[in-house]
Amino acid sequence: MNNTDLVKNGLKKRYLKERMFKLMGLFSIATAILFLFILLTDIISKALPAFYQTQIVLEVNIDAERLNLNTNSDEADMMNADFRLVIRDALLATFPEVTKRADKRALYSLTSMGAEFQLRDLVMSDPNLLGSTQTISFIADDDVDAVVKGSIDRHLPEKDRRINNQKLFWIDKLASQDQIQTTFNWNFFSNGDSREPEMAGIRGAILGSFYTLLVTLALSFPIAVAAAIYLEEFAPKNKFIDFIEININNLAAVPSIVFGLLGLAVFINFFSLPRSAPVVGGVVLSLMTLPTIIIASRSAIKAVPPSLREAALGLGASKMQAVFHHVLPASMPGILTGTIIGMAQALGETAPLLMIGMVAFIVDIPQSVTDPSTVLPIQVFLWADSPERGFLEKTSAAIMVLLFFLIAMNAIAIYLRKKFEKKW
Amino acid sequence: MKISALIFLLLLFAGFSYFMARQKITTAYRLHKNKHRILTLPKYFGYVAALSALLPALMVLLIMQVAETPYVNSEIESYISTTNIEASEDLGLYLNEIKSADTAEKISALSDDKQLVYQRYSEIQATSERTITVVVLSLSILMVIWGLKFINTDTPARKVFEKIIEGVLLLAASIAILTTVGIVFSVLFESTRFFGEVPVLSFMFGTEWSPQTAIRADQVGSSAAFGAVPLFVGTMLISFIALMVSVPLGLMSAIYLSEYASNKVRSLTKPVLEILAGIPTVVYGFFAALTVAPFIRDVGESLGLSVASESALAAGLVMGIMIIPFVSSLSDDVLSAVPQSLREGSLGLGATHSETIIKVLIPAALPGIVGGVLLAASRAIGETMIVVMAAGLAANLTVNPLEAVTTVTVQIVTLLTGDQEFDSAKTLAAFALGLMLFVTTLILNVIALHVVRKYREQYE
Repeated sequence: MNNTDLVKNGLKKRYLKERMFKLMGLFSIATAILFLFILLTDIISKALPAFYQTQIVLEVNIDAERLNLNTNSDEADMMNADFRLVIRDALLATFPEVTKRADKRALYSLTSMGAEFQLRDLVMSDPNLLGSTQTISFIADDDVDAVVKGSIDRHLPEKDRRINNQKLFWIDKLASQDQIQTTFNWNFFSNGDSREPEMAGIRGAILGSFYTLLVTLALSFPIAVAAAIYLEEFAPKNKFIDFIEININNLAAVPSIVFGLLGLAVFINFFSLPRSAPVVGGVVLSLMTLPTIIIASRSAIKAVPPSLREAALGLGASKMQAVFHHVLPASMPGILTGTIIGMAQALGETAPLLMIGMVAFIVDIPQSVTDPSTVLPIQVFLWADSPERGFLEKTSAAIMVLLFFLIAMNAIAIYLRKKFEKKW
Repeated sequence: MKISALIFLLLLFAGFSYFMARQKITTAYRLHKNKHRILTLPKYFGYVAALSALLPALMVLLIMQVAETPYVNSEIESYISTTNIEASEDLGLYLNEIKSADTAEKISALSDDKQLVYQRYSEIQATSERTITVVVLSLSILMVIWGLKFINTDTPARKVFEKIIEGVLLLAASIAILTTVGIVFSVLFESTRFFGEVPVLSFMFGTEWSPQTAIRADQVGSSAAFGAVPLFVGTMLISFIALMVSVPLGLMSAIYLSEYASNKVRSLTKPVLEILAGIPTVVYGFFAALTVAPFIRDVGESLGLSVASESALAAGLVMGIMIIPFVSSLSDDVLSAVPQSLREGSLGLGATHSETIIKVLIPAALPGIVGGVLLAASRAIGETMIVVMAAGLAANLTVNPLEAVTTVTVQIVTLLTGDQEFDSAKTLAAFALGLMLFVTTLILNVIALHVVRKYREQYE
């Protein structure tokens, strides 16, 4: 047998190997894409119910006497009035057969704890409602919500279910009387955090993220651009500059939690800055995103052709003028793209903020960068830890909002790059 | 005076100084005899004057501001020690309570002793604030006057201005060093305090980890043990699983995308991988804890295996998927750096595509790939949210991927979130773990960057 035959005999096996190898590559990519697909569908399917909210429509007699109010009552009186009473009356009126104390208590828990505040705000905005009878949709308790959305299995034996037969009967009766309705859940976008799943919203977390990113941007953008300009245009070749470059490269790969330790030790304990404040979170995140933006800005500056600099220098501009008047504007699109990507990274970052106490349970919506607040990813973390079932869908919904912001930021970055990218 | 007001005043001075200096020079230029010898625009004189009014004052303000809190604290301490007021053990908490009394209600709620301290505190605070205001403002005014007096047409204003700006740029670049130094000092400082209480050897080689300290001396079963070996093993186990997933998948994806895929497939697939890289880790953690871990447990149970609900496997798998894009983009860079001639030589000799890749490209790119794997390992070791949400808290010394293990990052988070005093061995232990984490990832990064750079130079 000569060599040609030897090669020919082996060909079939070699081609098979070739195909197998190619298939393996395809399989790897398919796995990654499949995983992404499962992740997204899992989260979206869990999240969708959170955007709808069950409400119980009740005819409420807003009896001024029962509330201890009259037409002259001021705001403080309103705040002190117990609006639960009239809501309870309305529930009892719907189910007159309920008389036992325990049953009554169960009946009252059909509406959310937030229902009384809902009614109070309504009356405070229009005091003329006092004494009238109104048809109002109240937020339902999270268990009722779960039953209506079908996430509690009614066919389970009663003891395995979160909600008993009695309540199920009431809910069915309400539903048959058209007293249950589902609406879009605006509360999710307008409320702060809450212990009650049906009342919890992400406004506080979104604003917290916004303030934190504001601080991050205000600090990291100028510093990173300045550093990039220096390293690309002015830095002499010496040991010190090498040391700076090594540091930047290493910082880019330091685990984010270590930045949290830095923030805790330096800003919270040494400088005694307030815990849980977006200003501290912003500083920590800007230290973390600095390397990313510096590296992106440097490559944007490097991409500006030397002819531009030389032309400026040739016309008598100083080095500084050439850089600030010509090189910097020309590299701005690249720098902005890098900055947005850095900001998106900062928006999704959780671990360092846990360290500086942004993990506290905060109901109030932050008004400034020094108010205690939390951020979107930490809200996700907090809700994911909650045992109540209602928080599961809220967690997924918060993730969707977070992903929406991330995608929007990245889309802007891509748009900027496409629109202003120049091929020199 | 409030800092914001102070800074506003400084900016006002700077603006005034700018206009005055520019005006002075413009007038001087008009009277200048040799007009062709004028080299500098008037605005540069303005800039120099403005910066001289602003920069020194700002720097002094910064230094005084930083020094204020320690100064006030030490003043109150010395006041407390001169009187017979009994402060609590933890002076920091005591002072915080006094400082946070900013409304009349809160002040009246303080005890008599504390009210005395509060009065002293407000006096000290007021004095220091006044001192800062006076010093900063007078410095700024002096600089304005000095600047306006000495600036004339012979001042090399543009050069001075550009030197100052260059200094500012250098300062910005040096922040990276400052951050590293800050990290090193903060973890090192707290770690040495920790190692003062717990011997280094028993931390590094102890096999029992239970950071719960006894609240009462006679309490049973809560003598703190700080042996970090279970954490190291747990971290390595999860990272190993993650690498077992991400390295083959990432490498094969990179090979397929760079060597086989058509341009169209590539332009569609790359963004998908980038999305995978852009998803926040907390989302992966949620997915690992609520979807993957129960799934793995159910599968395991149907096979007759006992799987912990927080198994290392779930956390490792999801972490591995998260790192795929990282490995794939690094390998992509490395593979495309291999010269085309090697590829063509091999193909020309009759090797198939896969033989070229396995026998030529990968050996040629091996150092770069190893570097990429090291970087991926350092990512996996430092990853926090996935393990915090999906891995366990109990420190089991095991290498069974079906059991729950804990990691260094999980312990840092659990030790530092929640309420406890800062000085306990428990919180200090977190910094010691942080030091280990920082040193390990630093070594991995340095080696990886070095290997990758060496490899790049080889083909340039």
